[in-house]
Amino acid sequence: MSFFKELSKGIIKDNPIFVLVLGMCPTLAVSSSVMNALGMGLAATFVLVCSNMFISMIKNITPSKIRIPVYVVVIAAFVTIVNMVMEAYVPALHKSLGLFIPLIVVNCIILGRAEAFANKNNVIMSIADGIGMGLGFTLSLTVIGTIREILGAGTWLNIKVMPATYDPMLVAILAPGAFITLGFLMAILNLVKEKK
Amino acid sequence: MSYLGELFVMAMTAIFIQNFVLSRFLGLCPYLGVSKKLDSAIGMGMAVIFVMTMASAFTFLINKYLLLRFDMVYLQTIAFILTIAALVQFVEMVIQKNAPALYKSLGVYLPLITTNCAVLGVAILNTGALRSDGVTPYNFLDSVLNGFFSGVGFTVVLLAMAGLRMRLDMVDMPRSMKGMPIALILAGIMALAFYGFMGFKI
Repeated sequence: MSFFKELSKGIIKDNPIFVLVLGMCPTLAVSSSVMNALGMGLAATFVLVCSNMFISMIKNITPSKIRIPVYVVVIAAFVTIVNMVMEAYVPALHKSLGLFIPLIVVNCIILGRAEAFANKNNVIMSIADGIGMGLGFTLSLTVIGTIREILGAGTWLNIKVMPATYDPMLVAILAPGAFITLGFLMAILNLVKEKK
Repeated sequence: MSYLGELFVMAMTAIFIQNFVLSRFLGLCPYLGVSKKLDSAIGMGMAVIFVMTMASAFTFLINKYLLLRFDMVYLQTIAFILTIAALVQFVEMVIQKNAPALYKSLGVYLPLITTNCAVLGVAILNTGALRSDGVTPYNFLDSVLNGFFSGVGFTVVLLAMAGLRMRLDMVDMPRSMKGMPIALILAGIMALAFYGFMGFKI
């Protein structure tokens, strides 16, 4: 098990969104623009790396009966840090992500990695796993965000990319667009897998 | 507006206009995960209504008499998630001891609810929620009822989804669309239908 193997598996092979289907709520809610998607992805990556590292450090002194509450408290502490830092330095992004920053606590990816990986592996591997999973999450969010922003607003990272005659398909940045985009993306991935 | 009118607006908003699943994107994991069979959807829905109502009550008290009084609002996330986790555990033990029949139908869903973002979501939303006049913050009863109505809203769409997905099993469709992709597209069409409720003037 090398460092880079752990790092890369989260990006494609065990991609948290498209393969493991975890963390649906933030995925659909904040992917209406690329900016939001990147902000959410990086915030979740930070929490994931820190909580994986910390949980792996304390795995030998945590009684297994109360491990889940311990994980939740560790994760909630890092989420509080992210929340306060974002409120101070990127208030606009903090406002547009809103409720979904405190809700990183209940994101199944983070608790899932803590339970499935960090409490069995050493600190270095857990950090690699956290970075890989976090990048996989950020990447998938950005892909969904790109499709929705281009279709729904004609822009990418607030830069106009579609011709002026393009009439934005507003539904793509509203709630229904999120479900339909992700549904079709998953269907395309299934199709690619079948062809192989 | 009379208080009953206020409650009607709250119920309509929570169930149809700003539905937790379809317009706020909260509680999607159980919505997609437990909607394959109707009876498990009913069990999950009942458990969510129960826990959301209780959690709204407890987190309101914790927020008002602990966090706001001692100026510790920055600890809100930690305090709320611990309250919810302890509450779910407690409810599970009480039901197991006193109502074994109920435990059999709800039991397996209760532990899952701790990480249901709808529960933490309603607790956080209640702290900043305002009545329809735009100035009065929610009092204790408002918060509890909002929790209850939001849970009902979740259950309504969960049941609708379960009913639809049971029919989908018998439909002939491309292999790559089966399972999660078609469920997501179905959810999108449902969300589109729920957008119709936005036109309501209440």
